[in-house]
Order: sequence, then structure tokens, then C-alpha cells
Amino acid sequence: MAKITAGISTSHVPALGVAMDHGNTEDEYWAPLFKGYEHSRQWMQENTPDVVVLVYNDHASAFSLELIPTFAIGCAEQFAIADEGWGPRPVPAVEGHPELAWHIAQSAIEDEFDMTIVNRMPVDHGLTVPLSMLFGQPKSWPCQVIPIAVNVVVYPPPSGRRCYHLGQAIGRAVESFAPDVDVQVWGTGGMSHQLQGPRAGLINQAFDQAFMNDLVANPELLMHKPHIEYLREAGSEGVELVMWLIMRGALGPHAKELYRFYHVPASNTAVGHMILQSA
Amino acid sequence: MSNKDYNDIPGTTIFDGDMARKGYWVNQFCMSLVKPDNRARFLADEATYLDEWQITAEQRTAVLKRDYNTLLSLGGNVYFFSKLFFTDEKSFEACAAQMAGMSQPDYRAMMINGGRAVAGNRSTRVEDR
Repeated sequence: MAKITAGISTSHVPALGVAMDHGNTEDEYWAPLFKGYEHSRQWMQENTPDVVVLVYNDHASAFSLELIPTFAIGCAEQFAIADEGWGPRPVPAVEGHPELAWHIAQSAIEDEFDMTIVNRMPVDHGLTVPLSMLFGQPKSWPCQVIPIAVNVVVYPPPSGRRCYHLGQAIGRAVESFAPDVDVQVWGTGGMSHQLQGPRAGLINQAFDQAFMNDLVANPELLMHKPHIEYLREAGSEGVELVMWLIMRGALGPHAKELYRFYHVPASNTAVGHMILQSA
Repeated sequence: MSNKDYNDIPGTTIFDGDMARKGYWVNQFCMSLVKPDNRARFLADEATYLDEWQITAEQRTAVLKRDYNTLLSLGGNVYFFSKLFFTDEKSFEACAAQMAGMSQPDYRAMMINGGRAVAGNRSTRVEDR
């Protein structure tokens, strides 16, 4: 049977991809940040999954204002790298796992989560930066990826409670898949940041650290955090953190923390990264 | 839409349904810049390219001036703007600094020092700052 072996969270700041693609990771500005991911890259080499269910948000790349799915699951064989205005990132195309993706879609829909099934979905930095942070710069990605895109661009995003419950449904779906597949669930985005308007640059380190503590020990508490609290305390784009709750929900009620890294800033954003396992 | 509990957050526009309706075409224009041919046509003649889009005169002026704070108030969204930032070969940091009304070095220094503090920036209501 398939099994969820770990949950990973990480910010997905586009500038991290640019720093890697241009070979700037050892600059004074970026070095401390990339150092914080060295342990995780090593850990990933020793714990490479077969499949990553990668929860992220599309940043007006696959989805314009024409179509705005709240939860979309990528069921294709392959996902192209999106052009976000400066040409696609020079990273390998992303290989999907259609059989497991369709299984998760069917299971989640029967579980009352009305997923949008997507077969053509160019993936942007929201998905590729986490892969680059955890796997470096390989010629091809070492595992297959099932993208789950969550709308956090047009307000309101799904509630924290809905996200946590979707994570639980993904957990049930994976564990009812017959083949022996090692699956990790990744939740990306955040942490505190605001990219727009005169309040741009807002960071709240106390909020972020408390969020990481609660993600491990009190996810039920986080589940009830209203959107207004993210907007006010963690910046208008900080609400992306609801995507970490999908990962956390997939791990079951108890989790242990294997690793945590936190750094300010990456461009406009506080970067947080954790490795969790079911306990 | 009513009952917006987020309208008192200073210097912040929440991109909800009302804003998405207002900014539909200006955001779709930005989105068109993910295609290299469109970027080239836009950069060669911005005014003519903008004629193809059903945007208001105010939105048009704000795009031509790259006045992002005004565009936010007219329904623009920052993730759509980013296509224009990158078409202009500007970083997200440079454009965020502009919206914050700061020079890029000052903005970067603020971020390195821990970012903009939340205290004083929670609400325009004096008692909730």
C-alpha cells in the first residue's frame, strides 16, 4: 500500500529560483539562506520519495481571471514550466503520476471535496522553487509530482479548516492506493509577507514562529485562525500559509518535527521551512 | 459585497470579487505578457498594444506610468503586475520598494533589518494599530 512518509513545508519565493538559476547562491545576501537548506537536501537524498503531492498556488500562470479553481489537482503525465514574463525557468519539466493523481481526485471527490481536475497546467515558481530548494539542480527531478494548486490570489482563499480537512482526505486517499508508493506531501508558500501597496515589506517573526510551533503541536488551533488574522498580522500574502495546513492534515493527528529553518529576508518575504513526520 | 473586515488595514488592497471585476481587463492585459511575442509588441509600442484591451482611461494612464499603487486601487493585482515587472526587467523587490514609496536600497535595508514592523500597521483605527 502507498504510505505518506513525510511532510515538508517551504516558502516558494521566486527570487530563490533566480538566485539558483544565475549561480548567486553564495553571495553574501543569499548564502545564509541556502545554508539553511543544506541539511534538507542531504536528508532528501537519503529519503527521496517516489511521489510528492505538492501543494502550491499558481501566480496567474496556468490560471488567469478566466478560470479560478479553489482546489485543482494536476492529473497529467507531464507539466511544462511556465513563462512568467522572463521566459521559463531553466529546470526540468515535471513528471506527474496520473494513476495516483486520478485516484486521489476520485477519493477526495467521493469524500466531498469538489476538486477541479486539470490536465494542462504549466507550473510556475510556486511549484518549481520548492523542488529546486530541496533537490538542487538535477538534470531531471528525482521523483514524480502531483501538483495541487490552491487559489490564494483572488480573495477569499479556502479556509484553514477546509485546507486541513482536505489534507486529511489526501491522507486517506494515499493510504487506500494499492501499489507500494512512498509519498511525501509538501505545503508551500508564506511565511509572513506583503508584496503590494504602501505596507509592502511587512514581516512578523513572532507570528511565523508561533505558526510553526502550532503546526506541529496544535494544528486544530491553527485550523480556526480566520483569514483576517493572517492579513492583518502576517501581510496580505501571508494568507498563503493555509496551504501548509493541507500538508499537516495529511500527516494525521500527531506529528514530530525533524527540522526547522527560518530566515528573513528573501527579497520581500520571511522564509520558513520544516520537515515533519507522523508520530 | 458587504461585511469586509479587511478594509481598515492600512496601505493594503485585498483582491476580492469587487476588485477582480473592476480590474478584469487590466489584469488580463498583464497576463498576455507571458508570451514572448506579446512582450516584444508591447515594448515596441505600448500605446497601440493597450488599444487592444478594454481598459479605462485611468487604468491606461497608470499602466503607461507604471503607477502600481493607482493600479491597485483600480482593480489590478500584484501577481498579474509581476508579468509587467519582468517584461520591464525589474525585480519584484524593486517594484515592491516603489509601492512602499522607498528607494530600493532603503527598502532592502529595512528587509534585512527584519522587515516592516506589524506594530502600528495593523489598522487605520487608532485603537487597533
